[in-house]
Amino acid sequence: MAEPAVEDSPHIVIENLRFRRGRKMIFDDLSMRIPRGQVTTVMGPSGSGKTTLLRLIGGQLRPDKGRIWVDGQEVAKLSTRRLYALRKRMGMLFQSGALLTDLTVFENVAFPLREHTDLPEDVLHTLVLLKLEAVGLRAARDMDPATLSGGMARRVALARAIALDPDLILYDEPFTGLDPITMGQIVSLIRRTNQSLGLTSVLVSHDVAEAMAISDQVVLIADGRVVDAGPPDELEARASDWSAQFLQGRPDGPVPFHYPGAAYREDLLGHEERRDD
Amino acid sequence: MTDAIASLGRSSINALAVFGRAFVFLLRLLASLDVVVRRFGLTMVQIYSVGVRSLVIIVVAGLFVGMVLAYQAYITLVNFGAAEALGGVVALSLVRELGPVVTALLFAGRAGSALTAELGLMKTTEQLSAMEMMAVNPYRRIFAPRFVAGFVSMPLLAAIFSAVGVMGGYLVGVGLLGVDSGAYFSQMQSVTDWNEDVLSGVIKSIVFGFVVTWIAVFQGFNAQPTSEGISRATTQTVVVSSLAVLGLDFILTGLMFGAG
Repeated sequence: MAEPAVEDSPHIVIENLRFRRGRKMIFDDLSMRIPRGQVTTVMGPSGSGKTTLLRLIGGQLRPDKGRIWVDGQEVAKLSTRRLYALRKRMGMLFQSGALLTDLTVFENVAFPLREHTDLPEDVLHTLVLLKLEAVGLRAARDMDPATLSGGMARRVALARAIALDPDLILYDEPFTGLDPITMGQIVSLIRRTNQSLGLTSVLVSHDVAEAMAISDQVVLIADGRVVDAGPPDELEARASDWSAQFLQGRPDGPVPFHYPGAAYREDLLGHEERRDD
Repeated sequence: MTDAIASLGRSSINALAVFGRAFVFLLRLLASLDVVVRRFGLTMVQIYSVGVRSLVIIVVAGLFVGMVLAYQAYITLVNFGAAEALGGVVALSLVRELGPVVTALLFAGRAGSALTAELGLMKTTEQLSAMEMMAVNPYRRIFAPRFVAGFVSMPLLAAIFSAVGVMGGYLVGVGLLGVDSGAYFSQMQSVTDWNEDVLSGVIKSIVFGFVVTWIAVFQGFNAQPTSEGISRATTQTVVVSSLAVLGLDFILTGLMFGAG
């Protein structure tokens, strides 16, 4: 049964998702709903599979079990043609920017337009400049991606991600490794893009302060499941032990500081004993 | 002992898995070939970077190989009073063997390694992934044009190699060793057969071009997305494609000349 694609239905529905990589279980019975037109942040510790989740939503990976609907379409069951049609309405911002290194900034933003439309060159030029203006990099259009700073590369990638006017945009760790000024720029860009284009934004991040400030909804995941979900203020108010540890960044708690293993004493003494043998 | 057997089994299974992936990759590549006709510009750019940019090394190598060949052949031929046959010997060796084989080896080192490194880096920096998310099929946009470019360039480079080699042989044979200029070329014309020699060389170079480019593009696609992974993939390209060229050369030569 496909979810009906009505205006107020969730944009993305994930049900009982299970995904493993080799022997490692990444998601075990994960379910969530991502509302349309809002900013939703998926937060969780490193290695909790946040990027994997975006790849599953984008159809680059297939779930072992469970289902993912985007805009009422079940992603894993789409033919390549229909998956590509869905992706044209989906922008993704990679952590590294993932700009095409053999093209200039202008050509990078023009890339999806050139691939998918037959716009005359002057219209294309105007469109690309509009997108670059939106991220404040119109003057950098002739630069080479290799000469851009991390923050600039991410802004160009954002301009490219919105080139086809998508209705969903996925951000992979948009705040990682940025200086405070650039961080502020990216935060306001994500917020502005969401409001002005009326699109659904999904972020994965572990930068608590920025994510809480920017999001309408926050989903906390750990050990392959959703631990807590809701609007940021609600979440802070009723946080469980685990969520409190994560949101406040305490070094020890339900998530132990020590990687699980034999007891310290046992480990040391065991070593002594072996030496005696 | 059991460990050795287990690791032998493991590496055999891994090798088979890689071979399987390479084959699936090739099938997808072949299924995307219509892009070459639809957007010939993409392939042209690659022919320039794979083929035209390999010209210098091919021309220089061809010249030296031809010159050395003329020296070596002359030393033997002159003992039998057959120095006039030099042109034929040089041309036959080049067209049948050295042209396709040496070009393929140089091509693997120059263009193959560059292809692998480029694609491996594109994979590592998520460019291929980003393309997929922009609903652009990397097989059509990236892999197929590069594959066709290698496949087209290799026979042309081999032909250029042989032609320059013949001129190198002429420089040494006629210029230095005093073989008659007319005899050099008339001998060449009388012993070199179009079907038997030239065409067999062309077939070889087409096969080598196919195999070397396939290996290079696949290794880039299959590289572990780390700097170590790229370096390993690049080395693999050169090693595997060189060995494949030499092995295939033996088989093709057997097929073409063995029965006769």
